[in-house]
Amino acid sequence: MEELILRFLIGGVIVSAFAVIGDLFEPKSFAGIFGAAPSVALATLALTITSKGKDYAATEMRSTIIGAFAFLVYAYIVGRVLLKHGLPTLPVCTVLIVLWIAVAIGGWAILLR
Amino acid sequence: MLIRVKPSALKETRWYQYAIRFLLGGAITAIAGIIAKEAGPVFGGLFLAFPAIFPAGATLIESHIKEEKKKKGLDGTRRARQAAGVDAIGAAIGTIGLMVFAFWAWRFLPHEATAPVLLAATVMWFATSIIIWYVRRHIRIPWSETYHE
Repeated sequence: MEELILRFLIGGVIVSAFAVIGDLFEPKSFAGIFGAAPSVALATLALTITSKGKDYAATEMRSTIIGAFAFLVYAYIVGRVLLKHGLPTLPVCTVLIVLWIAVAIGGWAILLR
Repeated sequence: MLIRVKPSALKETRWYQYAIRFLLGGAITAIAGIIAKEAGPVFGGLFLAFPAIFPAGATLIESHIKEEKKKKGLDGTRRARQAAGVDAIGAAIGTIGLMVFAFWAWRFLPHEATAPVLLAATVMWFATSIIIWYVRRHIRIPWSETYHE
C-alpha cells in the first residue's frame, strides 16, 4: 500500500511538472510534445528498479515502445478529427482512447505475448 | 513561428485544472504498477505510455483559446478545437521521442548505471521530438494546411 501511495504521489508530481512545462511554450504543436513526455515511465522506473530490478524495468520498457506507438496512432487520429471536423475536444479525446487500447493490446498480442 | 516561452499561460490555468492533472498522473502511475504486479511487466509496460492526462491537457487548450476569443467578442469555438488538434499532432510527434526513450532504456538499463541511462533516454526523447517537430515545420504536410498557428 505504501508503494502504491508513493507511486501516486511521484506520478502526480512528475506528470504535472511536464504538463506545466508544456503550458509554457508556444506554438501549440511544440507544446504538444510535452503531452507525450516519458513522465509516467520516469515516475515509475526508479521505484520499479529498486523493488524489482533492472531486468524487470527493461522488460516494461520494451512494452512501452508498443504503448507509445499506440499513443502515436491515437494522438494523430485525435488531431486529424479535431482539425478537420471541429468536434468538441473532450468527447473526441475520451472516445478515441479505444484506439490506444486496441493498438496497444493488438501489438502486445502479436509481438510480445 | 519561433518557439516562445509564455509564463502568463500559468496564470490562465485554474487550481482545479492543476489538481485534475495531478490526480490523473498519480492514478495512471499507480494503476500501471498494479497492472504490472498482476499481469507481469510485459503487459504492464504498455500502460507506461497510456495517454492519461492528454484529454485534460487538450481540453485545457480548448478552454483557454475560447476564453481569449470571448474577451475579444468572438466565438472561438472552432479555432479552439483546431488549437487542441494542433496540440494533438505535437503529441503524436512526442510519441516518436517516447518510443526512442523506451528503446534506449530497454537496451541499456540491464547493463549500465540507472541514472545516466535515464538521463540519456530523456535527452533522446527531447532531441528526437524537437528534430521531428522542426522538420515538420519546414516540410508542408496535409494537416498543416488546415490550421496556421
